Amino acid sequence: MLNNVSRRQFLEVSGLVAAGLGLAGCGSSSSSDSGSSDGSIKVGVMGPLSGSVAQYGVACRDGALLYFKQVNADGGINGKQIETDVQDEKGDATEAVTVYNKLVEDGVTAIVGDVTSKPTIAVAQKSVEDNMPCVTSSATTADVISYGDNYFRACVTDPFQGKVMGDFAAKQGYKTVATIFDSGDDYASGVADAFKEECAAKGITVASEQGYASGATDFNAQLTAIIATNPDAILSSNYYQDDGMIVTQARQLGYKGVFLGADGWAGIVGGDQDYASTADLEGCFYCSSFVATNPDESVQKFIEDFKAEYNEAPTNFNALGYDAAAIVCAGLEAAEEKGGTPGSDDYKQAVIDGIAAAKVEGVTGTISYSGTGDPEKSTLVITFKDGTEEIFDTIEP
Amino acid sequence: MTFLTQVLNGLSLGSIYALVALGYTMVYGIILLLNFAHGDIIMVGGYIAWIAMANLGLPPAIAAILAVIGCMALGVLIDKIAYAPLRDAPRLSILITAIGVSYFLENGGQLAFGAAAKVVPSFGDFGSIQLGDASLSGRAILTVLVTAAATAVLTFLVQKTKLGKAMRAVSEDMGAARLMGINVNNTISFTFAVGSALAGIGSVLYCMAYTQVTPTMGIMLGTKAFVAAVLGGIGSIPGAVIGGLIVGFAEVFVSAIGLSVWQDAVVFLLLIIVLVVKPTGLLGRPMTEKV
Repeated sequence: MLNNVSRRQFLEVSGLVAAGLGLAGCGSSSSSDSGSSDGSIKVGVMGPLSGSVAQYGVACRDGALLYFKQVNADGGINGKQIETDVQDEKGDATEAVTVYNKLVEDGVTAIVGDVTSKPTIAVAQKSVEDNMPCVTSSATTADVISYGDNYFRACVTDPFQGKVMGDFAAKQGYKTVATIFDSGDDYASGVADAFKEECAAKGITVASEQGYASGATDFNAQLTAIIATNPDAILSSNYYQDDGMIVTQARQLGYKGVFLGADGWAGIVGGDQDYASTADLEGCFYCSSFVATNPDESVQKFIEDFKAEYNEAPTNFNALGYDAAAIVCAGLEAAEEKGGTPGSDDYKQAVIDGIAAAKVEGVTGTISYSGTGDPEKSTLVITFKDGTEEIFDTIEP
Repeated sequence: MTFLTQVLNGLSLGSIYALVALGYTMVYGIILLLNFAHGDIIMVGGYIAWIAMANLGLPPAIAAILAVIGCMALGVLIDKIAYAPLRDAPRLSILITAIGVSYFLENGGQLAFGAAAKVVPSFGDFGSIQLGDASLSGRAILTVLVTAAATAVLTFLVQKTKLGKAMRAVSEDMGAARLMGINVNNTISFTFAVGSALAGIGSVLYCMAYTQVTPTMGIMLGTKAFVAAVLGGIGSIPGAVIGGLIVGFAEVFVSAIGLSVWQDAVVFLLLIIVLVVKPTGLLGRPMTEKV
């Protein structure tokens, strides 16, 4: 089953490569089909490629594969081509560990993944045993990097985002705020908790905190309770599908104030469809590290390359996947300089050391590490104006 | 007047559960099958509405009608392909088939449309009614009215028409009904058509309220509606409506007092209590074993 999935995905990818590079590209891509050959470095890419959070996994995979493809087109690392091993963990923690074990068996030397918080924690706990260098593109829960030195992330943490939005609420002069969050999701509740703490520290009243169960679609009861406290702003720290429904339902109930969010909001507009109407979103804020309207040159080049490859505009998760791959490559470069055989324990340690010392100019900001797996990078506060996203403020680390 | 708003929230949510529960109850009433694919029929209805409006640019009324017709056709098709060949098989086989159909639809939906939610365009602005200082959503009121009308039509259909009589006869004793010259297969197909049409109406109301469709949206909706049907007494039409409203009110009430995390737990706890105290549900008939 897993084999079939990965082979199908591989074919999908090689098909895209073929479409991008023509016949010559087709030839070179098919050469990486059969097992580990000499002069190549095997890297695992894992994420939920099916199931209810598949969109994030697919997005991170697409971003990461684009980066690896570009590296390979530029001659690889130290002349060695990167061979990717893509695996689907279906958004499930148990499945994620199984998939991780499979990647270890396949002999990968580093992993881009996992994608969502819960499975990533499971993989992080397991991967410590192998000292496997892993870079998660988007698992924002604090625990992920706490198990060993081998786990790094490309994104900032949930508490960090909550704190940023709490500071932002104080800066905007809000007096009363409320939160609504998926209490079954570490990400959503992590952001909301940190937001609440920061607001309390800044003297803002948190009038109402409403959790909801994962998968809920009806938020009318919670929103009615929130609106009764008449808050200046509501933090909805969930993923954009829920956020879209929450904003729409709150407006239907007559709420006129501001919504705040974290990077789960990325994708609420600007993709192939909008998850809430232009009028409903006007003047709301969220923090993220990537936005397509960022005028930065490297960001615009990434957007162009991504569109050329996949024929669609990249999202925050695509960008984080791309940067996660860049971080892995920075580690691989350091390991190659040191010499050694890809897949060996020394080599893995060299990759980890390389990542820890690296400074990567990513499309989600300049990423460096100072002793932990948490990156030091800038955060953008993004607002909605006439249905498009604009950078409102940049918060430096 | 938060209270009045919450009551309407409960009525509106309960109405959608009731519509779905009616579909469960009708199919169970006639062939004793828990049609676990029922929730997924709603999902398909939602996607039909989405395709009609977002892709084909059809007006909302046409989209709604297409969704209802599409669901009806799908319900009958599922019966003909998956359930009819198993009519005389043990009930467990057909139950497992229903679960299989459910998975087929969910994964088929994912294959066809991807896992990401699709946003169904607005069916129109239904405004709101100001009652004192409470603002009542026109959309919620419409949902309640449509459900009430659908229930009335269904009751008339089952109690007063010849087809309804045939349905009741088949549910009483399939063999005897066949001997009396009732076309059992057609009657069962008709039951599926009616139940699925209700699912279609439910899907339109769902899309109006929650604006997004996902391939997995039918799972929780179906489970809650199943709870509603069992709570009210599976097989009973008024029972399904009462069960739906109880589930809707329970969820809204629990959320309103700040325990929203517990809303699913409370719904399933209600189910357990009812099953312990009155195993046939609130309005269910006591089962007499046929010898």
